[in-house]
Amino acid sequence: MKKTFIITTLVEHKPGVLSKVSSMFWRRNFNIESIAIGAAERKDLARMTIAVKGEERDAQRLIGQLEKLVDVLKATILNPEDAVIRELALIKIRTANSRIRSDVFNYVEAFRGRTVDLSPESIIVELVGNRSKIDAFLELTKKFEILEVSRTGETALLRGPGSVKLND
Amino acid sequence: MSRMSGAQALIKALEKEKVEVIFGIPGGQIMPIYDALLDSKIRHVLARHEQSAAHMADGYARASNKAGVCMATSGPGATNLVTGIATAYLDSSPVVAITGQVPTSQIASDAFQEADIIGITTPITKYNFQPRSVEEIPKIVNAAFYLASTGRRTPVLIDIPRDVQSEIKKVDFAEKFIIRGYKASPKPDPLKIKKAAELIFKADKPFILAGGGITNSNAFRELKELAELLMAPVGTTLMGKGCFPEDHPLSLGMVGMHGTKEANYFIMKADVLLAVGCRFSDRTTGKLEEFSPDAKVIHIDIDPAEMGKKRDVDLDIVSSADKAIDALIEILKQKMKKKESKWQKRIKELKDRFRNEINDSKGISPPKLLKLLREALPLEAIVTTEVGQNQMWAALNFKAIKPRTFISSGGFGCMGFGFPAAIGAKVAKPDVPVVDIAGDGSFRMTENSLATSIDENIPVIVVILNNSVLGMVAQWQRLFYNRRYSAVNLGDNPDFVKLSESYGAKGKRINSLDEFTDTINKALKEDVTTVIDVPIDPEENVFPMVPAGRSLKEIIE
Ligand SMILES: Cc1ncc(C[n+]2csc(CCOP(=O)(O)OP(=O)(O)O)c2C)c(N)n1
Repeated sequence: MKKTFIITTLVEHKPGVLSKVSSMFWRRNFNIESIAIGAAERKDLARMTIAVKGEERDAQRLIGQLEKLVDVLKATILNPEDAVIRELALIKIRTANSRIRSDVFNYVEAFRGRTVDLSPESIIVELVGNRSKIDAFLELTKKFEILEVSRTGETALLRGPGSVKLND
Repeated sequence: MSRMSGAQALIKALEKEKVEVIFGIPGGQIMPIYDALLDSKIRHVLARHEQSAAHMADGYARASNKAGVCMATSGPGATNLVTGIATAYLDSSPVVAITGQVPTSQIASDAFQEADIIGITTPITKYNFQPRSVEEIPKIVNAAFYLASTGRRTPVLIDIPRDVQSEIKKVDFAEKFIIRGYKASPKPDPLKIKKAAELIFKADKPFILAGGGITNSNAFRELKELAELLMAPVGTTLMGKGCFPEDHPLSLGMVGMHGTKEANYFIMKADVLLAVGCRFSDRTTGKLEEFSPDAKVIHIDIDPAEMGKKRDVDLDIVSSADKAIDALIEILKQKMKKKESKWQKRIKELKDRFRNEINDSKGISPPKLLKLLREALPLEAIVTTEVGQNQMWAALNFKAIKPRTFISSGGFGCMGFGFPAAIGAKVAKPDVPVVDIAGDGSFRMTENSLATSIDENIPVIVVILNNSVLGMVAQWQRLFYNRRYSAVNLGDNPDFVKLSESYGAKGKRINSLDEFTDTINKALKEDVTTVIDVPIDPEENVFPMVPAGRSLKEIIE
């Protein structure tokens, strides 16, 4: 059965690593939905969260290919039940009049988003949640004029005190 | 700690890695390194094309079990290496490539002879480095050799900007590069070994498929011991040729598209398939879904990324071949009782029946010639091949008895590989004869290596199976395109005898098998570079053959 797998990886935090990892995705024909990367708990490490669509076997293959890269220190599939998974989206919507604006506000409230920029003609909404929540918001607000969307891709951590870290 | 230039630091670091020889061609952005090389004992072999330099380093590595080193200038020199690096990568051969680069301040400015060789070689190296300071050079060289020759072996590239080569700094050779994300030699999981042993113990029809991983981990003794303990037949991939003596009663030869009839027959009947150090390439398995359909598969390989990449397996054991086989023997030797089974009887019976026919030829028969070559050569002699019919005739008919005596571009199928690889192998093993089995098309791709062979006094023998066509392509056009021959005629071939003589080599055209035997014996005695031109019928096919994408049962003979 095809579904989205969330893979968390620890990689060397240095130039060129992202390009090596992403070039492998293309080469090996993986169906990547998003990649989120940023500094990890140690200065010399970055954590990369990859959402990949496919069968369990594809996800396992991806782990094999990732771990083969010298700059990847660890790669694990996260079980969604055991993990906190979040994405951040910034969505700019045209609000030509006050009726539209208050309409949009209603959705923002229902989705527990925040308005982070306000101008006479547009607002920027900040939304945090899992992918499907953001997808749902975008679906429902399609009737407005959406000017720009920027999503970070999903990022994730294991729940509880356990952690995916270097065993050194 | 002493003060030296980046170029001197590089050469000293290479000496510390016990490098004996570098194959290469100089140029503007690598001049400081070539200058420093003059003060070293390391031998330099001047190639005539960087692709050949890389193949030479690769041939040296495959023959010697040590990393081979090639070197080129920036830009076109570096990109010319790429085909050779890719060839080594696909066949898991440890090659360290060193390239010059434009000065740091000019990188990314499209400077004269600049190429992003780091970007270009990322998919065909395990790792690549671009030192930006002199101090980094020793530890990078140390890491490069470590990475290239451990784990699944691969090429590694070091790209050195020209300013880093000439800058003078205090250099410390004790520092180590830390490679945290790299697992060099995983140990086999004892639980999985136990399960594998149980599967094998219960098997009625076990089959061992042995690949290049046996050679790369020196697991020759282990493989032989296991096969004899189980009395299991052994088939090899093209890369595995030589890892199990092909004159052994349990040897069935090569499996796959141009595998032997017996190997392809029995691998399809097996109930347990022990695949060691191989990767289920399409040339080996034929139609993957129908490959060895009833077998429970135990896959042993050092590269975790190979597990389940092609075929779903019942047991995946990530380990070097020697360690895993040793662990299996440890358990099995207490259990196994030697008794001939039905499977073994059947193999004996059929093996003899399958073996004996060689199709008739119009002229000189390539299979017969290769059998004569086997008789003429000592067992330690090294044979390399080009790509195409010559390669498959050699794989089928030239029995490799000793490890590392059959060297061929398997994964990449790179025409032009065999001749420079033979030169590299001869440098590694100067005391054994080295013979390149060539097609006329392939030979012409790197024939200018004759100059290297003569100038550097590296005598090798080339046997050109000369059909005046791109034979393997012609064979496919004959069999699958209704004899519509497109762009395969090499009618403009030069006179190979004169060509060789003009380089200072010996050339000889032969017209019969007897003449071939005489010529090869003479060449072996004289130990000078000799090119033997063997005219053969352009319509000759390599059989048996399984058409691409078909099951191994569908053999054409
Ligand atoms: C560099 C390269 N180019 C093209 C091919 C495709 N190819 C495979 S076999 C072959 C013909 C080889 O001809 P020749 O070397 O004369 O050998 P023969 O098959 O006649 O023995 C070609 C063109 C290849 N394998 N490698």
